[in-house]
Amino acid sequence: MSLLTAAVRRRGPGALAWHLGALAILAVVLYPVVWTIGASFKPSAEIIGALDLLPADPIGDNYTRLTEGIADIPISTFFLNSTYIAVGSVIGVVLSCSLTAYAFAKVRFAGRNVMFAIMIGTLLLPYHVLIIPQYVMFQKLELINTFTPLLIGKYLATDAFFVFLMVQFMRGLPKELDEAARLDGCGHLRTYWSIVMPLCRPALVTSAIFTFINAWNDFMGPLLYLNEPDKYTVSMGLKMFIDQDAVADYGGMIAMSLVALLPVLAFFVAFQRYLIDGMATSGLKG
Amino acid sequence: MTDIHTSPGVIAPGDDRSATERHGPGGSAPPAATKRRGSGENLAGYLFMSPWIAGFLFLIAGPMVFSLYLSFTEYNLFEAPRWIGLQNFTDMFADPRWRQSVEVTSWYVLIGTPVKLAAALAVAMLLAQKRWGQSFYRAAFYAPSLIGASVSAAIVWRALFSDDAIVDRTQKVFGVETGGWIGDPAMIIYALIALTVWQFGAPMVIFLAGLKQVPQELYEAAEMDGAGRWRKFFNITLPMISPVLFFNVLLETIHSFQIFGSAYIVSNGSCGPADATLVYTCYLYEQGFVNSRMGFASAMGWLLLVAVGLVTAVLFWSQKRWVHYEEGGR
Repeated sequence: MSLLTAAVRRRGPGALAWHLGALAILAVVLYPVVWTIGASFKPSAEIIGALDLLPADPIGDNYTRLTEGIADIPISTFFLNSTYIAVGSVIGVVLSCSLTAYAFAKVRFAGRNVMFAIMIGTLLLPYHVLIIPQYVMFQKLELINTFTPLLIGKYLATDAFFVFLMVQFMRGLPKELDEAARLDGCGHLRTYWSIVMPLCRPALVTSAIFTFINAWNDFMGPLLYLNEPDKYTVSMGLKMFIDQDAVADYGGMIAMSLVALLPVLAFFVAFQRYLIDGMATSGLKG
Repeated sequence: MTDIHTSPGVIAPGDDRSATERHGPGGSAPPAATKRRGSGENLAGYLFMSPWIAGFLFLIAGPMVFSLYLSFTEYNLFEAPRWIGLQNFTDMFADPRWRQSVEVTSWYVLIGTPVKLAAALAVAMLLAQKRWGQSFYRAAFYAPSLIGASVSAAIVWRALFSDDAIVDRTQKVFGVETGGWIGDPAMIIYALIALTVWQFGAPMVIFLAGLKQVPQELYEAAEMDGAGRWRKFFNITLPMISPVLFFNVLLETIHSFQIFGSAYIVSNGSCGPADATLVYTCYLYEQGFVNSRMGFASAMGWLLLVAVGLVTAVLFWSQKRWVHYEEGGR
């Protein structure tokens, strides 16, 4: 009988077929990335229409033109603005979401279950319904064309996904630890800062990286709230290429697209374990 | 971190894991510990929660109420809102472009989500057979999920699907003349769908985590009974991963209703050609911020909230019929 099952199992796709299948998928998945790298070294006129993936005669012109900026704004401005917003978002999310998560996971207070249900509800709330009223509010507060509308929510724990992720993680920590801390006279603030936070590092790192990437890629927020080019983020800098109607500098646009992705790709290479495990545990959206 | 809460059932509100915590202050009979620590705990709880409470009141609940009010008014941001009753909603239903936006979005959700999830599940099943290089492939397939929503990806997509570019050339090899998908109102939506399918890695990772939890003995027993590959898939794999499937369907559906940036950039900011990529949010943006019809746009936002709420409710309701949670698991 065991011979039979072994034979049946061996009937599954062999190692060779498996690798061929995986490589075929890999080719499709990576094609756009490799194409972009190749195209960024081609003259504008040859980017569309030329079939070779990599340029026969690579040129660096697209990148040198980028150093002259887009519409007289140096691209470092866009990168600094994006970095400011992304780093600011990370600090906000790590602090505010962990404080909230600590209360949900470790403090027993009246109304906790109701608030937890509300928090989960906001997870499913479409952002559309908030676009107009938030804009009106920030306009009345004269905060248009500042970074505040893009950052304030991060400091007020409105990213329910990260609260949820951290709550789940904190609930998994052994109870004995905070009970021992309490017996030693630690208040909640000390327990939070000296015991729970260090132990939550994986959840914090996952949240931080996702926050950085989301803030970096964000397009709608900057489109709504930033209206002067010197405040623009990288996404908005890229949009400026599109606004110039006839796409004057196609090669520059492709090169800038690639440069814009570099921080995201760097984070991915450095932290892919955290990202993928974070995804697998709670279905976080990247 | 890996094994604590892989089950996506945790999405259900108030589904606290630990039995002791379940008897928190929300319950009718607070345990002794709560009594002992009573009001101090309440104070600490609310202090820790204060950022979230402020955020919920000022950035979510308040704006939602305000938006509900605005949806019954005519408002251009500079003059006071003027009450017009249900006018925005009747205008909307009579507006062919609004109907177009509903159609485009529904098409995008109804085609994009199943195709993306089918691809995610198929690739997850391939990767679930542990072989050399598995974690490399997993990481590589996941990468598009991080960059797919960026302006860069949309710019590249526009290039790949335009006239005479790779997709068009490939079709010509098979004798199909299209002139590129980007300029074709009938085809451009499929370029957008391809962009979301390209990001199959995120649900794939979740499927993979689910597949790892299916007990191998089940397959062995089925093999003894002579079950083939398809029977095993429909009778074991699918029921066993149904909670993960439910979670992915829910999140991907809600997520794809909200597509904006990709449609905006792939269409070069026009949501065209001929309104072919006029997704719901594009139209909301255009009405609210280009035409300054903030009341109309608020009404659109609320209607979408109701639609997404209904879809969510139907999904949760249908859950009873096809989602199998492990008995005794919690």
